[in-house]
Amino acid sequence: MSAVLTVEHLSRSFGAIKAVDDVSFVLRQGELLALIGPNGAGKSTCFNMLMGQLKPTSGVVKLNGEKITGLAPRQIWRKGVGRTFQITATYSSMTVIENVQMALISYHRRIYSMLPYAHRMYWGRALELLDTVGMADQADRHCAVLAYGDLKRLELAVALAHDPKLLLMDEPTAGMAPRERIALMQLTADIVRDQGVSCLFTEHDMDVVFAHAHRIMVLNRGQLIAGGSVDEIRNNPQVQEVYLGGGMLFNAAEEKADA
Amino acid sequence: MGLFFAQLLTGLANAGALFMVASGLSLIFGVTRIVNFAHGSFYMLGAYVGYTLMQVLPGVVGFWGAVLLAGIIVGLIGVIVEICVLRPVYSAPELFQLVATFGVILVIQDLTLMIWGAEDLLGPRAPGLKGIVRIMDEPVPQYDLALIAITPFVAFALWYLITKTRVGILVRAATQDREMVGALGVNQSWLFTGVFFLGCALAGLGGAVQLPKGGADLLMDFNILTSVFVVVVIGGMGSLPGAYLAAVIISVLNVFGVSYMPKSTLVLMFLVMVVVLMFRPFGLFGREEVAGEHGQVGEPERPIKPAGLKIRLLVAAALVLLGLIPVMGSNFAVVLVTDILIFCLFAASLQFMLGMGGLVSFGHAAFFGGGAYVAALFVTYAHTPMELALILAPLGAGLAAVLIGWVCLRSTGVYFAMLTLAFAQLLWSLVFQWGDITGGDDGLVNIWPSAWASSNMVFFYLTLVICAGGILLLRHAAHSPFGYALRAARDSSRQAEAMGINTKRIQWVAFAFAGAMAGVAGGLFVFSKGSVFPNELEIARSFDALIVVFLGGVKTLSGGWVGGASFEATKDYLTRFEYWRLALGLLIIAVVILAPEGIVGSLRKLGERTGILNNAEDKR
Amino acid sequence: MLELKTVNAFYGKAHVLNDLSFTVGHGKVVALLGRNGAGKTTTMKSIMQMVQPRGGTVSYQGQDITGWAPHRVAKAGLGYVPEERRIFTQLTVLENLEVGRQPPREGCVTWTEEMLFELFPNLAERRGNRGKALSGGEQQMLTIARTLMGNPALVLLDEPSEGIAPVIVEQMAHVILKLKNEGLTVLLSEQNLHFAQAVADQVVIIESGTQKFAGSLADLQAHPEIRDAYLSV
Repeated sequence: MSAVLTVEHLSRSFGAIKAVDDVSFVLRQGELLALIGPNGAGKSTCFNMLMGQLKPTSGVVKLNGEKITGLAPRQIWRKGVGRTFQITATYSSMTVIENVQMALISYHRRIYSMLPYAHRMYWGRALELLDTVGMADQADRHCAVLAYGDLKRLELAVALAHDPKLLLMDEPTAGMAPRERIALMQLTADIVRDQGVSCLFTEHDMDVVFAHAHRIMVLNRGQLIAGGSVDEIRNNPQVQEVYLGGGMLFNAAEEKADA
Repeated sequence: MGLFFAQLLTGLANAGALFMVASGLSLIFGVTRIVNFAHGSFYMLGAYVGYTLMQVLPGVVGFWGAVLLAGIIVGLIGVIVEICVLRPVYSAPELFQLVATFGVILVIQDLTLMIWGAEDLLGPRAPGLKGIVRIMDEPVPQYDLALIAITPFVAFALWYLITKTRVGILVRAATQDREMVGALGVNQSWLFTGVFFLGCALAGLGGAVQLPKGGADLLMDFNILTSVFVVVVIGGMGSLPGAYLAAVIISVLNVFGVSYMPKSTLVLMFLVMVVVLMFRPFGLFGREEVAGEHGQVGEPERPIKPAGLKIRLLVAAALVLLGLIPVMGSNFAVVLVTDILIFCLFAASLQFMLGMGGLVSFGHAAFFGGGAYVAALFVTYAHTPMELALILAPLGAGLAAVLIGWVCLRSTGVYFAMLTLAFAQLLWSLVFQWGDITGGDDGLVNIWPSAWASSNMVFFYLTLVICAGGILLLRHAAHSPFGYALRAARDSSRQAEAMGINTKRIQWVAFAFAGAMAGVAGGLFVFSKGSVFPNELEIARSFDALIVVFLGGVKTLSGGWVGGASFEATKDYLTRFEYWRLALGLLIIAVVILAPEGIVGSLRKLGERTGILNNAEDKR
Repeated sequence: MLELKTVNAFYGKAHVLNDLSFTVGHGKVVALLGRNGAGKTTTMKSIMQMVQPRGGTVSYQGQDITGWAPHRVAKAGLGYVPEERRIFTQLTVLENLEVGRQPPREGCVTWTEEMLFELFPNLAERRGNRGKALSGGEQQMLTIARTLMGNPALVLLDEPSEGIAPVIVEQMAHVILKLKNEGLTVLLSEQNLHFAQAVADQVVIIESGTQKFAGSLADLQAHPEIRDAYLSV
């Protein structure tokens, strides 16, 4: 399969500290790739460089073969990359559907228009997107009163508004209850499968990662120390030492795998 | 060379008082997040209280004792203000408290007038330091040298207090997250009160210590306020070394400006500030202000919907009623309502930018006065007819807003606010000092409407159409994609940028749009009055608009014009009395405490509670 | 030691806690379980009076503390470790600890900086660093250490395992057990049942602000249907 995202020798230093050190990997079409690692390993720095929030010290990021390093987040978005945030970022003064409409208005380059009523624009498409993530029944609710899990789903709908080729999700299930986590990742996996989107995500919940990722990469002290299938990573002694620990917390995942 | 050195010393001496006042403002802002507009008033009080004490206390000990006592007394007055006025509104949305401090300014102004009278007071000279010293053949007052020596001690003591003591650690912790400090067992109310005492005492000290050099007068409060804002911003909010360095730069610059470029003195300070902020958007020693970092967010804003049929009919009916005023009411009422309408459009333009865009401008008068001056200049020098001048006014103001916005939007939050203030002051100083063209203090006069619109009645209808049209246009813009994108940039610039919205550019366009609309109001204003004076560009004008928007309700669509109408009408009524500022100030404070969501916001709450209005979320 | 009686709390008009009643015994570790948005954080804040309960009482060592200011609650011996870490990023590690310092309390451990550095060795190397230079796990440790500086008798830990690497979560579990051995009482909120099982004596389950279960860990084991209904492992 063809490479959607190609990362070559990506590095970023803060002063003397190398937060990300010579990271290279490829994300293939239709793949659900997890990036895991301890706190401070450089996951967020890595993500911020892919999204354009942070300029790399060196290295290149390519989207479908086209170099996107150095572009602003909004330019990268226009190239067909959707993202969700670790801490949800939604427009709290708007309704649920207006959040999605805003993305559609921007996608159709109508943000400087002063004539039409915004809340009537692209309403049907917005509702469709909300339906995809199961939020259609809450379309007219005020965004500020939503439950956290619903905000996460809304963010996903927003990220899908411009039919992205690539989804970047930074800890998509942080702060959610276990069942919600599995459901959200199941939803993401379905979207990846049905719409031909590729997805890169970071995550701390190993249940989620082991259940859904097609492939896993492990980052430690800025360097990629391992990459491979779920089983390879789970049984990798180096990964266990720096990240997974003694397994006190994975009984559930084990049981699920056994069942 | 000798003169140069002597002037340097004068500048350093002047920096003393400025530093004390500025560090006080910076401290208070750091911990309480309140931009204390009344800080200049505490400085003024320090001077008056110090003056009275010096009359009573004799000798060297008496003089310095009076200075210290003045600081303490002003600090205690600050404590009273903090407890009575600010404590009730700490939980209100950020920046709302500055409205209360504006009320405090008015109250202190009139109380000072009552107690000490309108005469300027000449400060007594310091016993033992009345003479001069010759340095390189130039006379330098001994008192200046004393000030130069004392200031670093004050600065060091403050620095030590903040960085080395437990109290300082708590203050810095509270600067970042006061709720958490409370949860760790520290009584934050008293920490706040303590910081307020210290900040106000420093202002009072500054006022008393400069008595031998400057005396005391009733304009001191606003006069120092701009310099203090400039100092705090150049130095960086919350940085003591920054405040000291900036105070020295500004004071020295002022002294040299007076001798070498007398026409530029007022402009100079703002130019320096603009240049500094262009390169260091958060001042010399400041750090970036992160929005929402302080756990003070208030209730989230509601979604907006265009008005339904019922409301539209109501608005139409209200407009018809307004249209009947010239037929039914007196000539006085016509003139008054004309004034109010113009002010409402001005306020609504600020409301658009502030409410929808979250762009808090302290200098919106630049565009109101700017528009007024554009129209007046064209009429005076090019004999432009009114119709054309009314179009040129918003164009000119809009253009100014494009340029000013480009610079200001490099900063955010309080720095943005201060920059807009600086530009408004810059414009004001230009107009004030460039008397050959602008008439300076005498203003531009004899600017009357075209013949067809010269009667009060016709001009009233013209104003009504333009102002109501402008307000409705602003309102429609809020519901358009542009208004939504502006709110998106305010709610989460992170998400907005990640969905292809150029947030800075959206804000820039909004800034220019709001500026142009203020320019429309300014143009109308000139023709309604027949003249324009520099005070239309003044800080006080900008504050009027700002206060009105907050009083009306920032988080509502109609807060701007509702606040504007109530404020102008009240002010018109109160100015008949001698101590109207006192009354207005107390009224503002009362509204702030009783209706923390503004008039419209609080009425809406009341309506929902009584069931007259219903809240969409409750139905679920 | 701590007793909640029919505590109710609201955000605006939203009823977030509904008649919550449970007790935390002296020297016990109690886990408050429930999914996100169930009201765990609000429960913690209601105990600290950072959210004022509307109805019901919170009493601590027999004394009704409802309506007290949060700093008074803290002074009485309750230590609060918030979920979002909320360390003072501009202050150094040592200064952060200083903010938490309170006078010694009778019957409680009197913590010193050195004892805390022994408990959290990572922090010792970073004592002069500003909070913002710490990693997420180190920040979490600093939050706990800062609270311990107040020599609390009861510690409220809000989601100590959220968003940190599994290795650090294990360390966190050991720390909680150590605190228990020192005689401290702990109330922690969790979504991670495994973590709770590793440290807790008692369990309280809430769902949509309503209490669904309160009892020992063994009780919960005996009722798998409750576990399945509300904890969704």
